Amino acid sequence: MTQDIFLLIEHIQGQVSDISYIMAAAARELAKHEGGNVIGILFGSSSEGLKDSLAVDKVIYCDHPALTEFTSDAYKRTLISLLEEYSPRAILFGNTTLGAGVSSSLSSHLKFPVINSCIKVSDSGSIISQICGGKIMVECQLGDKTTVITVNPGGYKPEEGQSGSSPETINFSAPDLENLKVQLTQYIEPEAGDVDISQEKILIAIGRGIQTEDNIELADELAKLLGGAVCASRPVIDQGWLSSSRLVGKSGKKVKPDLYLCLGISGATEHIEAITDSKTIIAVNSDPDAPIFDIAQYGIEVDLFDFIDPLLEQIENAKND
Amino acid sequence: MAVSGTQNSLPFTVEFKESLFKIPEGENIQACLQCACCSGVCPFGFAMDFPPGRMIAWMRAGILDEMLESDSVWMCVSCYACTEVCPKEIPITLALMTRAKEEALLAGNVPAELQSALEFSQQYSNPLGESSRKRAAWTEELDFEIPVMRKAKRPVDVLWFVGDYASYHPRVKNVTIAFATLLNILGIDFGILGPDEHSDGDSQRLAGERGLFEMLAEKNAKIISRCEFSEIITTDPHAYNAFKNEYPKLGFDFPVRHYTEFLVDHLDNITPLFKKNGKAKVAYHDPCYLGRVNKIYDAPRQLIQAIPGLELIEMAHNKSTSLCCGGGGGGMWLDGFRWEKSESRLSEWRVKEAAAVKADILAVACPYEPPRFEDAVKAITGAEELQVKDIVELIVDAIGN
Amino acid sequence: MTEIVVIARLVPDLVEELEIAPNGTALDLAWLRLIINEFDNHAIEQAIILKERSGATVTIISPEAEGVEDMLFTTAAKGADRLIKLTGVGEEKPTNLSMAQTLAEMIKEINPDLVLNGVQAHDDITGDLAPQLADLLDMPYVGYISGVSLGDGKATAFKEYPGGVLAEIEIALPAVLGIQSSEEPPRYVAISKVRQMMNTASIEDRDAGVLETEGGVIIDRMYLPEAADRAEMLEGDEEEVASKLTAILQDLGLL
Repeated sequence: MTQDIFLLIEHIQGQVSDISYIMAAAARELAKHEGGNVIGILFGSSSEGLKDSLAVDKVIYCDHPALTEFTSDAYKRTLISLLEEYSPRAILFGNTTLGAGVSSSLSSHLKFPVINSCIKVSDSGSIISQICGGKIMVECQLGDKTTVITVNPGGYKPEEGQSGSSPETINFSAPDLENLKVQLTQYIEPEAGDVDISQEKILIAIGRGIQTEDNIELADELAKLLGGAVCASRPVIDQGWLSSSRLVGKSGKKVKPDLYLCLGISGATEHIEAITDSKTIIAVNSDPDAPIFDIAQYGIEVDLFDFIDPLLEQIENAKND
Repeated sequence: MAVSGTQNSLPFTVEFKESLFKIPEGENIQACLQCACCSGVCPFGFAMDFPPGRMIAWMRAGILDEMLESDSVWMCVSCYACTEVCPKEIPITLALMTRAKEEALLAGNVPAELQSALEFSQQYSNPLGESSRKRAAWTEELDFEIPVMRKAKRPVDVLWFVGDYASYHPRVKNVTIAFATLLNILGIDFGILGPDEHSDGDSQRLAGERGLFEMLAEKNAKIISRCEFSEIITTDPHAYNAFKNEYPKLGFDFPVRHYTEFLVDHLDNITPLFKKNGKAKVAYHDPCYLGRVNKIYDAPRQLIQAIPGLELIEMAHNKSTSLCCGGGGGGMWLDGFRWEKSESRLSEWRVKEAAAVKADILAVACPYEPPRFEDAVKAITGAEELQVKDIVELIVDAIGN
Repeated sequence: MTEIVVIARLVPDLVEELEIAPNGTALDLAWLRLIINEFDNHAIEQAIILKERSGATVTIISPEAEGVEDMLFTTAAKGADRLIKLTGVGEEKPTNLSMAQTLAEMIKEINPDLVLNGVQAHDDITGDLAPQLADLLDMPYVGYISGVSLGDGKATAFKEYPGGVLAEIEIALPAVLGIQSSEEPPRYVAISKVRQMMNTASIEDRDAGVLETEGGVIIDRMYLPEAADRAEMLEGDEEEVASKLTAILQDLGLL
């Protein structure tokens, strides 16, 4: 086993995901303690260029048509084959729709220890993870064998994992990728013609606390007054009260507004990770222990419904002055 | 396709009708005149596909299955207005409407908001989804201790059943704290169940979840039977109704009074405590489950009239004709649904009546009402100055603590 | 007849406060209240939807925990056919690999076409269960699924990607899917129906065997996060707070 830290670079439709850079930052920290290199794993088809600007020392690149886009079977097979040749200290995956499944499959197959939901590496080189909706922290040591680690956003910013130079490529030949059991037929984009919340400067976000579909009109009014748009966390979208294009969260959009005013959102990790680039977060929630208050700049602990009408009135007056 | 709630192989309508006869006086339904008084007096009758009268007509025609596909039964606020006016004394609310909701629920026809409230009631013993462990957290705001029965392990004179909204809702907690303060001032030996208290389940029962009601009743009865007390008092007319009328049917018999009845007995001790109070016109809203259902109209009025400076006035609808605030029959958890169907809110109708008689204060005696009416006050022009206060709050304010 | 197996687990209820056990490396069980893993609830719903749509036998397997019988009877009331409870699980949480090994043995006997499990559970630190199970069963795994239909020897599923994008995926059966959300929100089932099931349905107990609680990774400690950098709370009643917030919005130049 070497002391190198590997990470699986994630890309979707030609775009490298932010998590890849976040992992690079985490890997660099870990490598400082373990003493090895940071090596990115890149699978694709004519995708070598995607390695650029990743702050890794080298990239192991495997080119094959079946690897053009992520599919779990092709990636798993290629990773297993790669790990027959390489034996890193640890291998990082995003805790995402790409990385989460394949990391666990790999750990089971190769009997590698696995740690979930890492957000950062501590000063002593241990892995700090966050579980139970952000309410519990876990500190772990790497196992005796190559340790699989899934990484969440929250500890490092993508900028910390970027670099100006392009890392050197080591080529790797794909194993047999015939008769794959998982095929990607097509991507389906969300309904066009709707607001792109990832581009909006002012967002009014609603969560479970909005309680009924009917109450969404309160958020609409607020959004209109402030010149923004309404978005939501998962529970609202699951009810079908807003289109999925309005979902903010791990499976939805990442947003970077100037103002993120959230109403009745508790602050589950999957939601928080998508709003950390907001300039100002203001949270309204009647639960003083809601995790959202840990990342908001301002917090308001009132019953949402008692608060909205006075707020609308005051804003209206302030605008007219 | 109608899905029957039981394993009976009879057509739904027949089986439904037969189930109604099992409810006391349910067989009166056979004498229905189709006079439409029920559908007419129903506050949401206009928004229902199947108001009570029509439900009976279709049942007679043997084609009630369609009702299961309609969600209009969820407009019923279980206010008993129909039951009150029926010339043939058919227990419409208890028998027909509640049974219809039970069937709709069994068929999987239940609005999402209601679903969460029912699931929370099961998981947390309260429909608000709050931790059951924190049910007595409100007592921390007092500067005196209230015995929690499990820890106190001693008999008390009065067991106070607090209730869900009274324990957790920020506005209603004020009423709870006022009542605790009053009991303390009067030197009453009382205790509460604290985290061992489960939702009385009455509104969940009326929302069609009989199984949930029975489960909660069993849990409450188990705890209460281990306590020693002379009587139960409650600030919640729904809990009062449960203990008085429904728990005995399950074999759980506990003496219970509503707080208004209790305080009337103590008026001689309360009256000397009153200080000079400002003048105000007070319109009293008869809660459905205290007034129309359980016929307690005078005790609350006596209390108001005992408070110096307050002039009791009546609204256009009062006592047995009182207008429902809209919280019943699961209404606390169906506001969005009902608004979409009817574009009206019963609480706003009531607030307009209070404004029409130029009331300064709308006095209430049920935990659903302060938040509902205060919301309505914000929506009605001409009612901006109207205060909503529970009678307990009026008493404690006049004592000046 | 299509055979579907659903793995359903109970997880700590986050409505309650979580405390760390005296040993410092696990959650304090005395404080723990359990609730069904929301994603597993979706997996159950998806299985029932598939059964209603095209016929299937649905088996639910759950490790024992406080309240698991109620949960299993609830799935029966929704339409599950067979209920299996894993006994001998012990108080300490086993690693997901170990749990997967036990489940794999049981599932091989059933020989299903499809295995559904919630895509994640919030108290998992030792990897995700479903992909490890898939690996041991030598079945393909796809996660973050929000819709499935079954065809001849294959399933078509929709996998969720960021930005509201979906990927249409074809998977050879038998397969394991990690469910993110069912096609319809999980249905409500009346308690009277669940109680009925308690009398008519039965739960099979199966011994979980030896389960490992350590997975090659050393947990140094579990701890509660510091409440550092908390939001500045705006105080006052609704009017006052509304006024303060309006002032902040003005200062930020947003009005």
